[in-house]
Amino acid sequence: MRVAIVGAGIVGASIARELSRYELEVHLVEKEADVGWGVSKANTGLIHAGYDDDPDRFPRRARLCVEGNRIWHQWVEELDIPHVWSGALVIAKEESEVRILEELLARGMRNGVPELRMLERDEALSMEPNLRRVEAALYAPTVGQISSPQAVIALVENAVDNGVRVHLETEVTGVEVSGERVRGLRTSEGFLEADVVINAAGLNADDVSRMAGIDHFEIRPRKGEYLIFDEDAGPKPSRVLFPTPSGRSKGVVVTTEVQGHLMVGPNARDLPKEEKDDRSTTSSGLREVYERASEIWPLPPLSMVIRTFSGLRPEPTGGDFIIRAEEVWGFVNVAGMRSPGLTAAPAVAREVVKILEGMGVSLREKKVWKGRRRGIHGSEVSEGRVVCKCNLVREPEIREAIRRMKRVGVKTPSVDSVKFRTSATSGTCQGSFCRIEIARILAEEFSTPLWDVTLKGRGSEIGVGDVKVLLR
Amino acid sequence: MGSEMSRSSSDDAYDVVVVGGGPAGLAAASESARLGLKTILLDENSRLGGILPQCIHPGFGLHCLGEDLTGPEFAHRLIEELRESDAEVRVGAHVTSIEMRSDLVKEVVFASPRGVETVRARTVIYAAGARERHRFEAGIAGDRVAGIYTAGEAQALMDLYGVMPGSRVVIVGSGDVGLIMARRFALEGAEVVAVVEMLPYPGGLARNLMILRDFDIPLYLSHRVAEVRGRGRVQRVRVVRVDERLRETGESFWIECDTLLISAGLIPRVKVLRRAGAIMDPATGGPVVNDRLETTLPGVFAAGNSLLINDLVDYAVEQGRTAARGAEEFVRGGGIRTRRWIRVRKGRNVRLAVPHMLGGDRDVWLYARVSKPVEDALVELPEIGLRRRVPVLKPSETLRLKISAVRGNELTLVVR
Repeated sequence: MRVAIVGAGIVGASIARELSRYELEVHLVEKEADVGWGVSKANTGLIHAGYDDDPDRFPRRARLCVEGNRIWHQWVEELDIPHVWSGALVIAKEESEVRILEELLARGMRNGVPELRMLERDEALSMEPNLRRVEAALYAPTVGQISSPQAVIALVENAVDNGVRVHLETEVTGVEVSGERVRGLRTSEGFLEADVVINAAGLNADDVSRMAGIDHFEIRPRKGEYLIFDEDAGPKPSRVLFPTPSGRSKGVVVTTEVQGHLMVGPNARDLPKEEKDDRSTTSSGLREVYERASEIWPLPPLSMVIRTFSGLRPEPTGGDFIIRAEEVWGFVNVAGMRSPGLTAAPAVAREVVKILEGMGVSLREKKVWKGRRRGIHGSEVSEGRVVCKCNLVREPEIREAIRRMKRVGVKTPSVDSVKFRTSATSGTCQGSFCRIEIARILAEEFSTPLWDVTLKGRGSEIGVGDVKVLLR
Repeated sequence: MGSEMSRSSSDDAYDVVVVGGGPAGLAAASESARLGLKTILLDENSRLGGILPQCIHPGFGLHCLGEDLTGPEFAHRLIEELRESDAEVRVGAHVTSIEMRSDLVKEVVFASPRGVETVRARTVIYAAGARERHRFEAGIAGDRVAGIYTAGEAQALMDLYGVMPGSRVVIVGSGDVGLIMARRFALEGAEVVAVVEMLPYPGGLARNLMILRDFDIPLYLSHRVAEVRGRGRVQRVRVVRVDERLRETGESFWIECDTLLISAGLIPRVKVLRRAGAIMDPATGGPVVNDRLETTLPGVFAAGNSLLINDLVDYAVEQGRTAARGAEEFVRGGGIRTRRWIRVRKGRNVRLAVPHMLGGDRDVWLYARVSKPVEDALVELPEIGLRRRVPVLKPSETLRLKISAVRGNELTLVVR
């Protein structure tokens, strides 16, 4: 049995890893030059507890979030994914918001979220003395953060170790259906025969679904912008801080992200359906994020910001996750994985296994399956030339990252591929000291001229040719 | 490990550990060694010279050597001088912390190809240079795409790695680095379509501003690049007019380009000093120092662009030598013995002044910058009756004054 998964984001990667347990031929198809470069690349990285989602309105979100949180606690260990289990506080700034926290608490209990409790003002302040205004807080100890791009990389590395084949820079252009059955994928790189197609195409999931003649939903991009401060800028909270939610989103979060930087965001701006690749930041959006975060936390001045970015979340029609076997046999949609999609991903992957079982796909477990994977950090690279000075990344780590890039099928050398695997270029200087040196190592390892090395895939080459090219 | 740690206090210690092998660090190490101090220089790169090897334009050494050299030539002179001295050198040594064991003993921790190493020091001269303010710090929103470089990064790409970054260039900032890169791009056949300066006056030295005229490059004063857009690579930037308080006016326009060069100023690299506890001056971004260029950490000195951003390499060299003489005094005297300091106050139109404290017993160089440009300026230090006329003073140029022995509690620098 041949399974093709469209999209190597957190959802596709989780599914690939879970399916790699069984005697199946699994293909992971991705249009970008590396895994995890879509929605998964730019988000808050939160592993939510599961008190946000109303089980009556969004039953899948509610159930899979709580279950996903539990599985992530196990996966970060098995797969050596950078993480921190910090817990979270939802802050009520004034009396009128306390009622909403009580609703969240009740909802969390219904959803089966462990260890949730309300804190009085003083207890909240003893946990986070720098809070600006707090009347009460909801404490969720099971909330954590992971590096979302690193999680995708870890899952794909592990999947590849267990036989999954990855096809990068391969854009799906059609789904071959005949006799009410899926036959395969038409792609920019040719036809890929498949008995089952799992559509985890993120922002483009509606387009891929339509290729199979299934058009019961639409995905709209919702943009969220973020600010990251220099590592020495503070104060930094010990826990993830949420404002009391407004209804539409969880609000602007204040957190110390996995690498130890103060980070604030996201806002939420709905974009027109066509703008699925608009990842630009806006001055007004960034100002909004800064101001909203300032309501609960004293922020360092804007001059201490070292990075701004924005990410897109795939908002589905109806609001709930779409996870189902469609009428065309073999076509499974796993779409609309808006927040808490990252948290839910492992549980979603297990849900997909059940769906395949329900479809009658034979799932025989492999005799040998490797459940563990080791990251680059924490292995044997404490020696060698320091390349990224801000984050102390050494040359052997960079070469190891490149070896791993090639192992998952990366064909185009990109500085971003190294960045997501090592954290190089993501410190105070944002790569102005080391980006070229990393590009030089990439050029060497990929046997390509330096100017052809890219920042983030074809079309983002770091130069136009040798230094005399314009004079010829 | 126990015996290693408890080995006697300072026999194995260096008198001077110089951090950084750019112009200030090279000069500091040569001078320390010449003064008979046991010296080691640690540099993070694989070769010495700091930023000089990529500065292939002339203009180096006019003051301190009386010659007009290129960056690599100037670096060569300093490196030769160091080689002739007894100073030891370690390259590939990236200093990560300075630990104050006592006022007289420090440990300098550095990452090297061998792992993490430590050297003991009586004094440290910190000359780790500066870094460039990057796109995010310059407040430029929009897409994260290829084609956005800091000026120094583009310079390294062209002149160390032999790569042409792009063909249609917009430059943010009219400081010297940006102007020099404008010429560099033009000479290699690129079209420099605009230099965009936020302030109402240009930043660079007069000799560099000539570049704009020579190559017919438009300069937009009182404008800033607010946004960059593109898919994989820069396609256009939005330029906004700002008012005298640098707030955006409604007026804006787009410029098509494939390259955006950020030359929006340098920031002293002082994370290690700050973490060690040195008090910083928000005006310079560097440490607070006395006239030996000693920071508030006893026996830890600063020089070059880590101390304050210099417009001329000559001053960085001078500061390196001053710090070395301070280190000598510290080592021979068991500390800097001055107990009463004369505070240097910033009076009218003075944005920064270094050093911050004077002993009053010797001639020292005072480095200062004005807040606003002035023609036919009168520079005064009323307490000592110093008055000097200067034809033009610009915020981008260092005002350097020699101050002889003084008395009193404070000294005020005033420019009108």
